[in-house]
Amino acid sequence: MSIDTAPSAGATALDATAAVVTRRDIQHRLLMTLGPILAALIIAGSILLAVGVDPLAYYSFVLKRGLLSPLGIQQTLTRMAPLLFLAAGLIVAFRAGMWNLGGDGQFLLGAVTAAASAPALVQVMPAWLALICSFVIAMLVAMIWSLVPALLRAYQGVNEIITTLMMTFLGTSLANVLVKLVFRDPGTTVPQTRTLPVEDRLPRLFDTTITSGLLLGLVAIITVHLVMTRTAFGLKLRIVGANPRAAIHAGLGVPKLTVAVFAISAGLAGLAGAVDILGVQGNVRADWNPAYGLAVIPVVFLARMNGFAAIGFVFLLSVLSIGGESAARRLGVPNHFTLVLVSIVLIVLALAEYLDHRYNQSRRELKR
Amino acid sequence: MSSASSLSVDKRDIVALEGVTKRFPGVVANDSVDLAIRPGEVHVLLGENGAGKSTLIGMLSGLQQPDEGRILVDGEPTAITSPRHALALGIGTVFQHMMLVPTLTVAENLLLGGPWWQRPKTEELEARVAEITRTLGITVKLHARVSELSLGEQQQVEILRAMVRNSRLLILDESTSMLTPKGIDELGALMRRLVEQGLAIVFITHKLKEAAAFGDRISVLKLGRKVGEIPPERFRALGEQVIISEIVELMFGKQKDDPEAAERPVRTIHAEAAPLLQVHDLGVAPTDDAPGLSSISFDIRPGELLGIAGIDGNGQKQLAEALAGQRATAYGSVRLQGATIDALSVGERRERGLRYLTDDRLGEGTVGTFPVSINFFLKQVGAAPFWRRGVEQRAEIDKRAAQLVREYDVRTPSLKTPVARLSGGNIQKVLLARELAEGAKVVIFNKPTYGLDLANTLASRQRIRDTAARGLAVLLISTDLEELLSMCDRIAVIANGLLVGTVENADDARTKIGRLMIGLAA
Repeated sequence: MSIDTAPSAGATALDATAAVVTRRDIQHRLLMTLGPILAALIIAGSILLAVGVDPLAYYSFVLKRGLLSPLGIQQTLTRMAPLLFLAAGLIVAFRAGMWNLGGDGQFLLGAVTAAASAPALVQVMPAWLALICSFVIAMLVAMIWSLVPALLRAYQGVNEIITTLMMTFLGTSLANVLVKLVFRDPGTTVPQTRTLPVEDRLPRLFDTTITSGLLLGLVAIITVHLVMTRTAFGLKLRIVGANPRAAIHAGLGVPKLTVAVFAISAGLAGLAGAVDILGVQGNVRADWNPAYGLAVIPVVFLARMNGFAAIGFVFLLSVLSIGGESAARRLGVPNHFTLVLVSIVLIVLALAEYLDHRYNQSRRELKR
Repeated sequence: MSSASSLSVDKRDIVALEGVTKRFPGVVANDSVDLAIRPGEVHVLLGENGAGKSTLIGMLSGLQQPDEGRILVDGEPTAITSPRHALALGIGTVFQHMMLVPTLTVAENLLLGGPWWQRPKTEELEARVAEITRTLGITVKLHARVSELSLGEQQQVEILRAMVRNSRLLILDESTSMLTPKGIDELGALMRRLVEQGLAIVFITHKLKEAAAFGDRISVLKLGRKVGEIPPERFRALGEQVIISEIVELMFGKQKDDPEAAERPVRTIHAEAAPLLQVHDLGVAPTDDAPGLSSISFDIRPGELLGIAGIDGNGQKQLAEALAGQRATAYGSVRLQGATIDALSVGERRERGLRYLTDDRLGEGTVGTFPVSINFFLKQVGAAPFWRRGVEQRAEIDKRAAQLVREYDVRTPSLKTPVARLSGGNIQKVLLARELAEGAKVVIFNKPTYGLDLANTLASRQRIRDTAARGLAVLLISTDLEELLSMCDRIAVIANGLLVGTVENADDARTKIGRLMIGLAA
């Protein structure tokens, strides 16, 4: 088993495009990816112009603060950690054909339980063990939270898009209630959990401010990619996703696999919450909801559920969101504009794909 | 049986088909069919599955265009280009499956299709419906929701819809298949009143009794060809028994120039050998869209080929799925080599040698977007040597897949080609290779040659014969009687989820099975 990151591996993993990749294919692929991104930047730029902001200033500011300044790039890489975990969780679910849109609820519950348990556990055990225990607790809580939609989907066929979305409303509210009532730090006036001391958090990499959670995130997403593409378990999940009737015909235990998919997906979302708290934030303030889960969904689609491609797109999202946050303070463009930009990219890419497909089809018809 | 009479175009014909031929890839659905449709007549089209009835209807209702021949409407050659055009010509069709919007009321359904810029003319419709229903002696609840009506009532609404649009020719496609016996009688009476008003009706069925009871003229289709017609004069002159036996001969009689005809080799089956598969009193509860099974019992010995004949949709798929473990059974038992397997899962049954080759090749047999190589092993995911400790061994998979591709002559550009890009025949070869691989003891073939071209049909049949010759027990489910007669040792007939009889494949099997299939005693 070799880990090759060549495009051919990405293509075979994508099931639908298993053909041999030629240079022309790669060129075509690049054109089909970069072209729409450029178009999206122009469309977003027009929106900025319309609200009276110089798009070039905005883009260069985002680029400078998110990528080119030393502090910016460190923040960007740090931000990647939770996003990678979330993307890994979504890849498992989406490849198995299950649309877990409850990432934010699972993320926040994982974050709150990690924030509650870590400061307590460091009192009684070594810091590294406390961190591991907090990770495990966060993962288990998120897994349990996913049981309701998982069981409903597995045994009653209830659409998981609806149930996970509803559960995410409940989850964010529950997380808030926990922060304000149960895990509230009595030592402060603002409602927040007890703060994990900086020295007990996940170590930083070298002399930078980059969290080592980044490495954990990379390990998580690469593991998920390999499991999905190279193992029997991953293949079973992909069969369920690609053709559920074939899965039944082949004798796979579809309900059990469904529950497993939800547990893994939610577990990774819970770990994402934990890695953000234990590595960066140190505590959870009331009403804190970064909504990473929703932001990652288009990224995973752009990457076509390929783990390696997702790393690249998560990096892009991080640059945009770190840079966008600075731009919000400086240029007065709201934070959410990052999401607007990402959404426009996704929609333009989808349009390009559709047009390309139509073009190929009509060309094939002409050849006949 | 005077096909010459229909050749001459009669002025009275509303619609006439002349030498109409329709081909689909690999199949000739209609082979120069002549048909004359006259006002005041119920013209019955009789034929088995695949006889070409639906294609013929498709062409009359504007869904399909003939490849050869022409359609005359009122004596003028006319190309019926769309369902809308067909309606404008006065040809109304009531399809086998209801085409009403269940959440709308009857009146709303009848008003659908009007110009969008106009208010629906409800009063006008009510007056028109009242007039039509009075003359036909039926009552229609205009303001009831369609979902609240029985199937028979829904059908009356569909007929009414055709009448409101001034149809002169009404086509009823398998209209009795969903009705109760009482509903069928009512439909027969309604058809009689409609033709008395000067309408022409084309009534499609595969039930002989209905044809004899409701028809004025009967045309028999077989394998796309019209093999005979009984005009009204003859129809009235002959007794029912004579007509029935004549039609049975037409429908199930042996074709002389059939390329698929193959002599069945005489095999010796050891009668004393213990059966490999024993099914005893098996029952499956019916679901919304599928019939159930009741009290199915049969044995298959090693080397024996048991056929299941019957019109499609009479429980064949349910039987296959219940045996394979895909469908829950209500009662009864299945034994494999004497050991009961009722509690076993799909995978465990396969492990013990029970194989099911599905008729739905792309729907459930394969994962279309996955490469050919993986599709060979869909039912063995995780098994050594192709997976070791859960990790895929790509070299082993490709080696074995290449071997199977050669052995079963699968024509594929490469092992990595998504299986959905292959032709139906080659997908079938992938399935055959997968199910017949080592360890098979009992194999269920569900419609194994359905939709295949001749070469692949013959190749698949040879595989199935070889399977039995190797000493496996074979259950062959097919709607193609010729296929069963050319291969099976015994043939059971299924109807409404019941095995209505089992026939040894001897000289008179054809007629006996034919009679069982259309609901007569053998």
